[in-house]
Amino acid sequence: MALQDTMLKQLSEAAGVSGAEDEVRQMIYDTIQDHVTDLRVDTMGNILAVKKGTGKSSLKVMLAAHMDEVGFMVTGVDGEGLIKFASVGGIDPRILPALRVHVGKDKTPGVITWKPIHLSWKEKDVKKPDSFRIDIGAENKGAAEGKAKLGDRVTFASETIALTDTIVRGKAFDDRAGCAELIEIIKGDPFPFDLLIAFTVQEEIGLRGAKVAAQALNPDVAVVLETTAAHEVPQDEDEPDITTVTKLGHGPVITYMDKGSIAHPGLRKLFVRVAEQLGIPHQFRSPQYAGGTDAGAIQTSLAGVATLTFSLPCRYLHSPYLILDLNDFQNAVKLLRATLMQLSPSDLER
Amino acid sequence: MDLKEHLKTLTELTGPQGHEEAVRHYLREQWAGYVDEFEVDGFGSLISIKRGNGPEPRKKIMLCAHMDEIGMLVADIKNGYLRLSDIWGIDNRILLGKLVLIHTRSGPLKGLVAAVPPHISNTKGGADAYPEWEELWVDLGLPAAEVAATVRIGDIVTMDAPAIELMGDKVAGKAMDDRACVAAVTACLDYLKSRKHEWDVYAVASAQEETGLFGAATAAYKVQPDLAIALDVAFAQQPGVNGDEYPKHGGAPVIGIGPNLHDGLNKGLQDTAKQLEMSLFTETYTGNTGTDAWSIQVSREGIPTALLGVPVRNMHTPIETVLVKDIDRVGRLMAEFIVGLTDEFLDKIAWKPDSGEKKNGADQ
Repeated sequence: MALQDTMLKQLSEAAGVSGAEDEVRQMIYDTIQDHVTDLRVDTMGNILAVKKGTGKSSLKVMLAAHMDEVGFMVTGVDGEGLIKFASVGGIDPRILPALRVHVGKDKTPGVITWKPIHLSWKEKDVKKPDSFRIDIGAENKGAAEGKAKLGDRVTFASETIALTDTIVRGKAFDDRAGCAELIEIIKGDPFPFDLLIAFTVQEEIGLRGAKVAAQALNPDVAVVLETTAAHEVPQDEDEPDITTVTKLGHGPVITYMDKGSIAHPGLRKLFVRVAEQLGIPHQFRSPQYAGGTDAGAIQTSLAGVATLTFSLPCRYLHSPYLILDLNDFQNAVKLLRATLMQLSPSDLER
Repeated sequence: MDLKEHLKTLTELTGPQGHEEAVRHYLREQWAGYVDEFEVDGFGSLISIKRGNGPEPRKKIMLCAHMDEIGMLVADIKNGYLRLSDIWGIDNRILLGKLVLIHTRSGPLKGLVAAVPPHISNTKGGADAYPEWEELWVDLGLPAAEVAATVRIGDIVTMDAPAIELMGDKVAGKAMDDRACVAAVTACLDYLKSRKHEWDVYAVASAQEETGLFGAATAAYKVQPDLAIALDVAFAQQPGVNGDEYPKHGGAPVIGIGPNLHDGLNKGLQDTAKQLEMSLFTETYTGNTGTDAWSIQVSREGIPTALLGVPVRNMHTPIETVLVKDIDRVGRLMAEFIVGLTDEFLDKIAWKPDSGEKKNGADQ
């Protein structure tokens, strides 16, 4: 599977910082509308839809992927026409110096200024976002305010490219890769049950969209399609080993536990069983160095939902450029589809 | 000539210290229509000669802007990942999450400086320090065996930073230091195309400024000019760089004064600026300007040297930002100055003993 066989390039290059997922939403809405029923957008901006099943099963199964990405928000313009900003979602401030960004709906190109090394080489402390400014080239405050209104979102200015036949690099794979995966599922064969679909908003600021999506769709079981950290850079022997997290090319990740949820054991066993039956590469995720996912919100919604996070290993989450392997993507689609086909109420018994 | 497109092309060329061949090649093509001859000095500096129309032997003015950019080398290869080493001038604090190009024997490879995700760094005690060089790894997204077969220690590395246009005729990218000034030399040659000038003009794109002002020294020795103007970027006002001593975008030409620079030559440039009703921004240097002017001044038996500059924000980053108009103004000032040069100029700026009257203060 190559980059052009998926929607990953278009989806990841679209802007969708939490709460301003509009461009991504429109793209997904247009793509899936002929493949689903009951398509609607709720008050928070989640896309909710149903993919009709064959009617053999009455299970209510939900798949969710979040549309939002980490980024920034315009918080003001200073007297020199430079833009003040704050981070939306978890961003390491060490990636800010000399970063290229797109500001607002017009995607005005901007750069985050950095004091020349000649004048700052003694400054060792990591600078906070509020000490940085975005320069869009505006000559004064008025010119900048025309392009950067309070609250406008700012994204990384990153192009998505293929580094090899299957290794791709770009921004916002977290979680546009999950969105692209869900689109593949939607376009595929029907399941025995009606599939409840949620493309959620505001995951990165606290799993906000998924909560109401679950309450609206009322599922028995939910699988959250995500990306998860892979980190394989060489390490010194005295460092705690973080290369054990997950690895690119080793298959989709069946999560046992993350910061916000413990996977439903029956669901987890089913995924493993199907993966082993079909010989699909897969790997497991420990809670070490984990973040939270929409699973945490969905699992505890309503009277409790059997939930599992199913992830793609992805390097450099929350940075301007992520790297993932489309072999993992392809295997994830395959395993997810096969697992859902076999899903029965007995898998969910406690 | 489209100065903005020329500038963008120039900055996107690969030419770190000691590896300027791509820039030299491009400038030979671009300047061929403007000049009569080319030479290359032993260090790799490109010397182009535009003959004047004065009687021989003609005087020589050298314009010198460095074509090298700050760059890196591959220092280590491990499991498909690369460690980098600075040739000189790269700020390690800006590298996390940035793109680089690894220039291998089989062509450039696209690299990414790996940024540890906050999920991991937070657990490990937070991102409380900028990474040192040995903590930075480049990810090529390629299998380790392929990396080992392709990349060699010592391969040069540059920032992967295409030039982008900002509002207000500004351009951001890498290597504005000092290709913005190389572009100013091009602008000067373009202005001179339709003008007569007595002196020979030696337009030099110097090599290895960023390792020690070397190419300018060798070029000056070879050219043996009567006057020289070195061109380099100046710190423009920006966050962290405040105060009247720094020019703003739109403030060019910047002219340096101080012992490294010749007051008489400066006076000539200032007079030309006055004729053009062009304002100059004066920067003071108490000693070494840290530019090619420092090595040119002491070439041969000493060369009257001036320093002109273009204000740049974010110097030594992949988003060095310039205003195109500033570059054009520097080119125009030099062209007008050259057009006005006569044999008498050297005599005018040479040291002369004070006359008796002056000693007595009679002319005050």
